[in-house]
Amino acid sequence: MNKMTNPASLSRRSLLKGAGAGALVVSIGAPIGLNAVLGITKAHAEGTRPPLVPNELSSYLAVNADGTVAVYFGKMDLGHGMHTAIGQIVAEELDVPFKSVTVYMGDTDTSVNQGGASGSTGLMDGGKQMRMAAAEGRRVLVEMAAKKLSVTPDKISVVDGRCIVGNASDDAVKNVSYAELLGGQYFNTQLDWNHKEGNALYAPGKALPKDPKNYKIVGKDFPRGDVAWRVYATGDFVTDIKVPGMIHGRVIRPPVAGAVPVSVDESSIAHIPTAKVLREKDFIGVVADKEWNAIRAMRDLKIKWSEVTPPFVNTDEIYDHIRKTPIRKSAEDKKTKTGDIDAAFAGAAKTIEAEYEWPYQSHASMGGACSLVQIKDGEVHCWSGTQKSHYLREGIAKLLQTPIEKVHVKWVTGPGSYGRNDADDCGHDAALMAKLAGKPVRVQYMRDQGTGWDPKGPASIHKVRAAIDAQGKVIAYDYLSKGFSRVDVNTKGSSPSDTLAGQLTGAKLKSEDGFGYPSESYAFDNKRYTWQTIAPQLDRASPLRTSHLRDPVGPQITFASESFIDEMAHAVDADPIEFRLRHVKNPRDVAVIKKAAELYKWDTRPSPRKDQKGNKVSGRGIAYSVRNGTRVAVIAEVSVDRSSGKIHATRFAVAHDCGQIVNPRSLKTTIEGNIVQGTSRTLFEEVKFDPKNVTSVDWLTYPILDMTEKPGKVDIALIDRPEVAMSGAGEPSTRPVAAAIANAIFDATGVRIRRVPLTPERVKAALS
Amino acid sequence: MAQKFTLNVNGKDHTVEAEPDTPLLYVLRDDLGMNNPQFGCGLAQCGACTVHLNGEAIRSCVKPISEVKGQVKTLAGLGTPEKPHPIQLAYIQEEVTLCGYCLNGWIMTSAALLEKNHKPSDDEITQALSGLKCRCGTHMAITRAVKRAASMMG
Repeated sequence: MNKMTNPASLSRRSLLKGAGAGALVVSIGAPIGLNAVLGITKAHAEGTRPPLVPNELSSYLAVNADGTVAVYFGKMDLGHGMHTAIGQIVAEELDVPFKSVTVYMGDTDTSVNQGGASGSTGLMDGGKQMRMAAAEGRRVLVEMAAKKLSVTPDKISVVDGRCIVGNASDDAVKNVSYAELLGGQYFNTQLDWNHKEGNALYAPGKALPKDPKNYKIVGKDFPRGDVAWRVYATGDFVTDIKVPGMIHGRVIRPPVAGAVPVSVDESSIAHIPTAKVLREKDFIGVVADKEWNAIRAMRDLKIKWSEVTPPFVNTDEIYDHIRKTPIRKSAEDKKTKTGDIDAAFAGAAKTIEAEYEWPYQSHASMGGACSLVQIKDGEVHCWSGTQKSHYLREGIAKLLQTPIEKVHVKWVTGPGSYGRNDADDCGHDAALMAKLAGKPVRVQYMRDQGTGWDPKGPASIHKVRAAIDAQGKVIAYDYLSKGFSRVDVNTKGSSPSDTLAGQLTGAKLKSEDGFGYPSESYAFDNKRYTWQTIAPQLDRASPLRTSHLRDPVGPQITFASESFIDEMAHAVDADPIEFRLRHVKNPRDVAVIKKAAELYKWDTRPSPRKDQKGNKVSGRGIAYSVRNGTRVAVIAEVSVDRSSGKIHATRFAVAHDCGQIVNPRSLKTTIEGNIVQGTSRTLFEEVKFDPKNVTSVDWLTYPILDMTEKPGKVDIALIDRPEVAMSGAGEPSTRPVAAAIANAIFDATGVRIRRVPLTPERVKAALS
Repeated sequence: MAQKFTLNVNGKDHTVEAEPDTPLLYVLRDDLGMNNPQFGCGLAQCGACTVHLNGEAIRSCVKPISEVKGQVKTLAGLGTPEKPHPIQLAYIQEEVTLCGYCLNGWIMTSAALLEKNHKPSDDEITQALSGLKCRCGTHMAITRAVKRAASMMG
């Protein structure tokens, strides 16, 4: 598999022609209507192209004329090596060489809605489906081969896409290749679809996938094919896509959040060649032929904004705001609730409690979002770095009031995203501007628009208390989160009401409520998990609207819960790992904690250390968590400069169990990224604002980890469980990082810091 | 008023008509149609737009075209799959990419470092690359790649 080909230039038909084979694609047999799909056992690859629906094998897989394999994936690769991993899974099941498989992703014209990049489900859900589809593809091809070679299917083995009867080394052996059987034609095979779209889509065929014992490709370090095009600048990011007649657009955001344009002085940009104002209701943007002219117009345009009451509290008042704001919705984890909390607390020998605070954080992607929309002959074409092209398609169709069949969204690698960032806003902005301009418009957000106006990870407080009996046993554990919703704007981008363009052009607001609970397997006798959400500070077009940011609400919940586990261990003078192992029940959780301890060479003793003096001290801390089946234990080692308050993570030891591993090397890269980004969020990141607007608008006002602050070392131990379902790795190792660092600081200093980020000022103040 | 400027990029001369204050970044991307460098911040805070001007790594997002005198080199001019620069090979071998949008800046800055210092110490690498941003957190892999490239060049 070579570089990720630019999906913009591809159609299903051109793909099927194969690379260099020159053969035209001709479906054999008489054309059939879209609804007259043949039964799964009756025919293969006969008739016209089947419709692009979840229950057609052709929606996932095709054998090209030259025998190479095209895979159509309704999710995408945010940089974790999904092209490679999906390619490995398909090559394994089909018994074709890995290099013959090319994976096309996130194009609504070639894939079905598999949910996009969402919740670390690329392999968990997406990989599972592609495995079943490929297994079915192999079954169908072998059956065709059996018919052609006049044997029963069980007599056939497949080597590198060639169906063989007998001994492969025998020249006279009967054989036929996939290319000869089906090259350039579509599968015409139905799957047993569960009638769900998105992440939950599942459509197996009749075939069972391989026994992992027989794997030759899955579980091995196949090199990523998507590094070279970036390194040699021979491929396209979404920012690089161009179409004829394209002009450049920039949006304009108000100086005070919530203000809307009252009047616009178009003469103020008359001096800029081709510059033009685009406005619909409260949405305002500018376009020009050249990008620099669009930027100048954005800066020079004089706008009179409405007078509004500044909508926000100050940054340092946010936690009091959360405490005192009425609860909009609350929920209690029914699965966790055990025993009688109040009775246990009433009878406790000792109780401890603590409150933790986590700020709003920004995706702060490397570049502001970028999107290009072309409306031509009634068809809307959008190129976007979105994580969810199928849902963005819905959103744009609604925004432009165009039938969804006429909207085409192509995902192209964007400037980074970690959930619902600004990409879907930008797709809607570009669609609106292309409509207003009557030309294709490429929109890219400026730095301040990216960091300042992307949806934020929610700020929250977490109150935790525990009751301990006379023997030092935890007899009750009560955990409460209160904060902004993780879905104030929905993560899908499928409704204009969840985008800035929609909210500025009158879409009805639809703020939803959601938060989360700690996820682990501590078996305390009485346990209660609760969350409460409050309304956003500003209800529309807000730079502080909240949505999903990598491992949505996981880091903040786990910062509190795993810090508090250490606080409980301290209360009973126990070693933090030994204390955890007393209570953790799931054997895989036990294994991952033990693995991390072994990797780190953990010395069993209670925290804090008592053997250090002087300005520079060090310590180690552990945290563990579970996320949709993936378990991660992280041990952080930190040095603390007591006089400056500066923290440096000198080492991480990470044990990771996500079930079956497809590509260990890519997995390690993914984990390393999680650890480094998690460190950055823990030590440096906080969105600041004043009553008027967000003031974190660039890399000086929203600092992230610098090269000089990178961890000293990241050691990773992977626990591979080939027989256990893949459970995702894109996000889970972000989750325990903050608590591990905070626990290490406690170990080093004996001081507990309960507010993120752990900035030098905050650490210094806490130590003095 | 737009003026004519002549600039040499990756060994080829180009004449463009642009406002004198147009940053080099937009001349390269817009007028010359090059897919690198990238816009990251427009404030010289991240390095995604880095190019070489007469061998020095500069931030093209804040360099007006009127001040560009000499040879410009972009990532595409650094090396090709057929004739790669060692740092490009090292990035591929170390698989240094998550989203990869920042990669232009790290490679161009690393290449400028390695041209001057074939054997940089760990600290010299860290200091030379300080100030560049990578949001996805590939810092550990970047360090490995620069060391690998240095060993290839040494």
